[in-house]
Amino acid sequence: MSWEADERGLFGEYGGRYVPETLIAALDELLEAYPRVTATEEFRSELDGLLGSYAGRPTPITFAARVTAELGGARIWLKREDLTHTGAHKINNVLGQALLARHMGKKRVIAETGAGQHGVAAATACALLDLECEVYMGAEDIERQALNVFKMELLGASVVPVESGSRTLKDAINEAMRDWVTNIQNTYYLIGSVMGPHPYPTMVRDFQRVIGIEARRQMLEEEGRLPDVLVACVGGGSNAMGIFHPFLDDSGVRMIGVEPAGEGLETGRHGAALGTGIPGIFHGKRTLVRSDDDGQIFPAHSISAGLDYPSVGPEHAFLRDLGRAEYHSATDEEALDAFQWLSRKEGIIPALESAHALAEVRKLAPTMSGDEIILVNLSGRGDKDAPQVREILRRRQAESH
Amino acid sequence: MSRFAERFAALRERGEGALIPFITAGDPDLATTEALIPTLEAAGADAIELGVPFSDPIAEGPTIQKSSERALASGTTLRQILQLVKQVRPKVDIPIVLMGYANPFFTMGEKAFAAAAAEVGVDGVIVPDLPPEEGADFYAALEAAGVDPVLLAAPTTTPERLALLAGRSRGFLYYVALTGVTGARAQVAVDLEAGVRRARDLAGVPVCVGFGISTPEQVADIRRFADGVVVGSALIDRLDAEADLAGRLGAASDFIASLKGPLRG
Repeated sequence: MSWEADERGLFGEYGGRYVPETLIAALDELLEAYPRVTATEEFRSELDGLLGSYAGRPTPITFAARVTAELGGARIWLKREDLTHTGAHKINNVLGQALLARHMGKKRVIAETGAGQHGVAAATACALLDLECEVYMGAEDIERQALNVFKMELLGASVVPVESGSRTLKDAINEAMRDWVTNIQNTYYLIGSVMGPHPYPTMVRDFQRVIGIEARRQMLEEEGRLPDVLVACVGGGSNAMGIFHPFLDDSGVRMIGVEPAGEGLETGRHGAALGTGIPGIFHGKRTLVRSDDDGQIFPAHSISAGLDYPSVGPEHAFLRDLGRAEYHSATDEEALDAFQWLSRKEGIIPALESAHALAEVRKLAPTMSGDEIILVNLSGRGDKDAPQVREILRRRQAESH
Repeated sequence: MSRFAERFAALRERGEGALIPFITAGDPDLATTEALIPTLEAAGADAIELGVPFSDPIAEGPTIQKSSERALASGTTLRQILQLVKQVRPKVDIPIVLMGYANPFFTMGEKAFAAAAAEVGVDGVIVPDLPPEEGADFYAALEAAGVDPVLLAAPTTTPERLALLAGRSRGFLYYVALTGVTGARAQVAVDLEAGVRRARDLAGVPVCVGFGISTPEQVADIRRFADGVVVGSALIDRLDAEADLAGRLGAASDFIASLKGPLRG
């Protein structure tokens, strides 16, 4: 069967272009340029060159021996996106899109960021390719991720604090879209996840597919077969789409996306759009979204700023409806535990986002047999989260005394 | 004949341009909105664009964003706004067009909303994040119920697409004056006139211009080539500066009268 979006950008009933009329011309321009530019030998070799010599690809897969031994079930492998330049899978997409922007003659790039990972990656690519860069970031996220703000500025980008709404990722996207509507002639909007209007969900996924393409080959080399289960965290869903997509036709490979359950699904303070959302129209696409009876969007909540989003990429909604992928969730608490657990067990500090995927592995692996394999996408490293986690642990220690 | 068609026919006969003020329903509360609508009509408004507040209004500048936040903070919902239109409809003759983002309408249900809108006397609906391709079913449902789907065209719209929008819009075509979000600007775009004239050649309905318009001078300028103007943020700024209902009604009345002047004769 075809997993692709149709010419209107619809994955089944999800996707499309729900945008102000001003943006239609820019999306048409992108729709024309994207396949044309990326099909050229020049673009392919430029991008492959950058992914190899600059981003550090291919990233290895690592057998997590101590974790496997402790859980006593499936063999656990980690796809090490944390080892890329800038420390997360986000670099794969920004290099592709920034190169595309340059080929399209755009001099100015705008981006939104939640945790700051996409913002740092965008600022990095713009420094490298000599593009002006402005990053919109929720004021609350700026407080949570001060180090990434400094990094973006160091890389020559300007960070614009967004004070409206819930002051997080969704509001940063609103503001970036307003900028784009205003400066459409010279500006390229570099979206960081598999969301937004068509063709962004397809384009971002295509630039992230390198994760799954490499991992598939590496699994065959290391284990002589494909994994039984893929696990990845899902906020907007780009790292999960990147690792899932090249395995879609491998019907024996089960796929599990892990959403942020925040303080618990029953509290309403979470970001599980696939688990609890309803079909809606948000940020340029029809997809699953968490909204009230009146259609107002709920603010999301997660310990991880990168998953703090009340909606999700349309292709995930499509895969869920088809039953091709399953979506579970992990709470703040479970993610916090997994964050410390992997650090101690394997000497790898994972991003809090990726820790949600690891929390799922802790539940799943013991139910599987020793000849089965789980491949987890370790989408980013946790250095950026260390100050926040330290603060939480300190506070708890103080309270327990 | 729809209320929009009637109103524009009457304006044509008198040689007048249309003035369409925008206010957000429920800012700061629905009682204020209910009082404002007849006041705006009495001061010279030819239609009312009534904003349905949304949590994430991506095409709005700071003034309407804040207005939308105040309306949501007072608990305003789409169903309450339909109820408000029902109450105010017998008190005014001018058309009322709802402006809102797609999600609240789709959450209520496309057909259910279209039927309810027609029943309470809504004359048109504007959805800034719903181009005609994505909105085909919704716009068809509105039209079938007798409610005009009013489409937007922008300065970036290509001539081919402008023909499509002009052909599908009902009531009037809303021409966005600038590439940007809503909000008062000192000057309107230089190439506006050519775009609006092209749209008028193509459209079977009147073409009204909105976004950024805030002064009688701008209105007089746009009057030369457009059928009407929409004024939102500049009005909301004036309403927001007043402390009470009496102040708001007075400010609205004065401002609307000052903008209607250049549209007469």
